[in-house]
This record gives sequence, structure tokens and C-alpha cells, in this order.
Amino acid sequence: MDKIINNYEILEIKEIISETNTIKTFIFDWEMNEDRTPLPGQFVMIWSFSKVFDEKPMSISMIDKDKNEIGITVKNIGNFTANLHSLSAGDKLGIRGPYGNGFNTENIKDKNILAIGGGVGMAPINCFTNYSKELGGNIDIICASVTKDELLFSNSDNEINDNKLTDKFNKDKATKNIGTVNVFTCTDDGTCGFEGYATHRTTDLLKYKSYDMVVVCGPEIMMKGIFDLLKDKKIPAQYSMERYMKCAMGICGQCCVDKKGWRICVEGPVFSNKDLKEIQEFGKYHRNASGLKEKY
Amino acid sequence: MLKTEISGINFENPLILAAGVMGSNASSLNWILDSGAGGVVTKSFSQEPNLGYSNPTTVAVEGGILNAIGLSSPGVQNFKKELALINKSNKDGQKNIAIASIYGSNPDEFSNLVHNIENDVDMIELNVSCPHAMSGCGAAIGQDPDLTYEIVKTVKNASSNNIPILAKLTPNVTDLMEIAKSAEKAEADGLTLINSLGPGMKIDIDAKKPILSNKFGGMSGPAIKPIAIRWVYDAYENCDIPIIGVGGISNYKDVVEFIYAGAKATQIGTSIMYEGIEIFSKIKNDLKNFMQKNEFNSIDEMIGYSHKN
Repeated sequence: MDKIINNYEILEIKEIISETNTIKTFIFDWEMNEDRTPLPGQFVMIWSFSKVFDEKPMSISMIDKDKNEIGITVKNIGNFTANLHSLSAGDKLGIRGPYGNGFNTENIKDKNILAIGGGVGMAPINCFTNYSKELGGNIDIICASVTKDELLFSNSDNEINDNKLTDKFNKDKATKNIGTVNVFTCTDDGTCGFEGYATHRTTDLLKYKSYDMVVVCGPEIMMKGIFDLLKDKKIPAQYSMERYMKCAMGICGQCCVDKKGWRICVEGPVFSNKDLKEIQEFGKYHRNASGLKEKY
Repeated sequence: MLKTEISGINFENPLILAAGVMGSNASSLNWILDSGAGGVVTKSFSQEPNLGYSNPTTVAVEGGILNAIGLSSPGVQNFKKELALINKSNKDGQKNIAIASIYGSNPDEFSNLVHNIENDVDMIELNVSCPHAMSGCGAAIGQDPDLTYEIVKTVKNASSNNIPILAKLTPNVTDLMEIAKSAEKAEADGLTLINSLGPGMKIDIDAKKPILSNKFGGMSGPAIKPIAIRWVYDAYENCDIPIIGVGGISNYKDVVEFIYAGAKATQIGTSIMYEGIEIFSKIKNDLKNFMQKNEFNSIDEMIGYSHKN
């Protein structure tokens, strides 16, 4: 009980990084105590108590255990997020968490991992890849967005040219790199990297390489596309879901999904493809604050 | 051994999911039923859709939580579809009991709700006790003995199939027994005691503001149990209709305490946050062991035990 009571804190924003025109990362000092050390894929509840009064779940996009910092990465899409974007370093926000089940990162040393992030869905993917890289995973990231300016965490250092794909793979294989990260950008309008959706890009990559594991976060329609694509391939995959949340403590029932009734805030937000098969509303509908179903 | 009966409705065990907890859709209700609950109460719903209050809607405090969800509801026409999906029996083949919690601000709304759903559920619980409801709803009714009488009477008359009606009452009154007797006089089939306490408030000293967007909210959790026990005990002495005890239950001892005070069944809510949904199966097993050890053969033998000499 104490664990839940004591973890609400008002923290100063330590630093704000402008990632794109619409996306910012907010960094906070964060003591890595036993109950508070986050895992990639977990989320925190962010309470804004000035100007706009509201509280929303946000994926953790950065965990730095050496510097005792965490980050959240927020796209400006509504009143709440517009207000966050108007804040400066030194302004304060309430934070509680971390909550939920993160990505399973067991036994990923030397494994070939495909991490797919669509839009601001790159936030937990970025957290996952940085974490997994240190554990020795070989990660290929599909960083997808509508257009070049909206690409998040595409870190051009790692970006590789499309027509050298096969060369790069062969080289990786030959030198047996461990803990590598390759970024494959993908934009709907073709302004950077592959032109098309993340699903197309995934299909393309799977022609060249086999993966031991896939992690995905993005718009639910994109995730459904990836899910359908991978479902016959027998590659273990994990998906990070999102639903309207109120308590985030597993009690109010707002984020329970059909048909198992699982709570996104406790049993999720990350689900394996095996579990996701049981979530019948995945890719179809979600519920608003009143409980009313809204189709995707 | 664990069976109990309330107004002709037979429960496999005396552990019921309380209103407002994981009760927004049939899927989570079925999950709770499969995990061992004898019955479930839905989240309270109304005639028309309602978004409730904005976040923060819950905040943990010493001994429990405060909540001001604000009676969010998809409206009866939408919620009827969820009610239809509640399983009639659990995964072990035992009969499930579904209780609909309804709220409104006037007799007509309550009557319409009853007409709409009386064939979809086994019982109806009237939420005349929510401490953070909009004006005219919840505790605004349950703090007034005449209004309580009027709503209960209206609902009883509105039912064409004589579905059992439970009145869930608020402890936030001078004399709860006066309200309980009004409900009984209006022919309520049972009392659910108690709704959340207060309302209370939590101010964050760094933000210098109340955390809940509604500023105040109902208190639930272990800290309110002694108050709930007291009202169940008093109601057992003052009323002749069955009582369901609710407030701060987190283990079998709490359940036994409520039953000894006079409850025929109990409801569990907030402790799911601490214990998970496994709490139903755990308490069920522990309760059975307790009864065997203390040579009780039925829940009936235990009801009101603390009133006996």
C-alpha cells in the first residue's frame, strides 16, 4: 500500500528537448529506488496542475540509471499536451508511477530484434532499444512517421542507406556485431527513407533477415497491421497498447479491454502477440471516458 | 457451505464485487466472476451518457483512496449491451449473480432505468449515496429520508417483475438508521452499507492544490471499515431486511467481522488495488478454512453472531 501512496511527487522539469515541430522530450531527476526504477514499456501518470488541470498516462522514453533521470516524450495533440509544450525547464509537474508491465527483455543478448515505432510510438521503443543495446541485443529499428519532419529518434548516425541494405546485413553477419542498432526510416510520403507504411517496411526487412523478437508501438491501426503480418511467422512479438485511463492503479475499470477484461494499466500496456490474440477489441475500438465504444 | 441468500437470490458465496470497481464492461465483470466472486455489481449508470470528472479522479491516501470519478456512464442504452454479455454462470459452472447499480436525479429517471434493465440482471442496487455526484444525484437523495423513501418506492412500483431492489446508503449523515428505516418502509429488499466516506480531500503541499480535479472525493479502503461495521451492526438491530456489508474488506477476517455484525453478504472493491483480483479466491479459501476450524456449517449460522449473548 505504501508503495502506491508514497510515489506521487511534484518534480521540476530538468530539461526540455525539442524533437520535432510537434514533439518534445521532458527530462526529470528520478531516484532509482527499488519500487521506482522503471522498465522500458512502463508508463507514468503526469499531473498538470497549472493552467490545464488534468492527468494523463505517458510512456517513459528514456531511463538513465547513471544520471538518475527519466524522460517522457510528448506529441502536441490536444489541450493537455499543448499545455505541456508551453512549459519551460524549472516548471513543475506531478508524476506517479512507474506503472504496468513493460517489454520483456529477458535473454536478449545476441538476439536479432526488430523494434517498430510509429510516430510518437517511438517513445517507448527508444527506451527499449537503448536498454536492450546494453544487454547485447542486435536491434533494427523501423522508425516510421507521416513525413520526414515528424520522424522521432531516428538518430541519423545509425541510419543506413536503403540500397546498401544487403551489404550492411552481410557485414553485420560477418563481423558478428553485438549490441548494434540500425535505424530504418520510413515515411508515408517518402520524404525520408522508405516510402510507405511501417507494415510495408517490415515486409521488406523480413525478406533480408530473420528476427528472434519484435517489439511494436504506434497507432493501433499500424500495430494491427504488423500483428496480422507477423501472426503466421511465429516470431515472438510484443505490442504496447494505449487506452483512456483514470486511476492507473487497476481499480476503476476504465481501461479494461474486451474480452478478457484485462486492465491496460496493470496487465498491460505491453502484451505478447499470444495475449494480444485474446484482446478482441484490438484494432477495432476503444472506450472513451464515459465508457462508450469508439471505432478506430 | 459458503452459499448465502438475499431476497430470494442465491449467491454461491458472500463475496460480491462492489460498484464502481472494474465494472465498466462485461469483460472485466466476467473475469471477476470467473475468479471466484459470488456476484458483481456494475459501475453505476444513468439514463444518458456522462463523461464524469476530468483526471485526477483517484488519489491514494493513508488507509485507502479518494475517488471522484464523477459517475461516468455510457448511458443505459449502451450499457444494456454490456449487461447482456455478463455470463450466466462462471467457468466452474456456478450461477453468476449480476447486480446493476443505477443512479438518477429524479423518480422518472430511476423508473425508466428499472424498466430498461429489470430483465437483464438479477438485482438492482440504487446508488443514492455517491458523495461526489452531480447536483441532485447520489448522496443528495440518500441524505434525505423522504427523498430516499420516494425513490425506493418509485422504483419498487416501476418494476414489473418484482426484481429485488437494494438501497446503497451513505454514511455521511447524522443518523443513517433514519435513512435505512425509510428505505425499509418503502419496501427496499435489502440495504448495502456503506458507500464511500466523506467526501475527503488531499492537498499536495508542493503543488499547493487539491489533487482531485473535483477537489473532494469519496474515501474507501481499510480505514473506513470500522464505520461500515458499526452501521451494519446498527442496521441489523434496527431493520428486518437483509444487509450487504461493504467498506475496507481486504481479507477473510474482515468478511467474518461484517457477517458477525449482521451482513448476509459482503462487497469488495478498493483492496483489488492492493491484492489483485485473486482476492476473491483467496478470501473464499480462507473463509472456508475459518468456518471449518470454528465448526460453522453455513454462512447463515454466522450472520449477526456478535449480537447473540
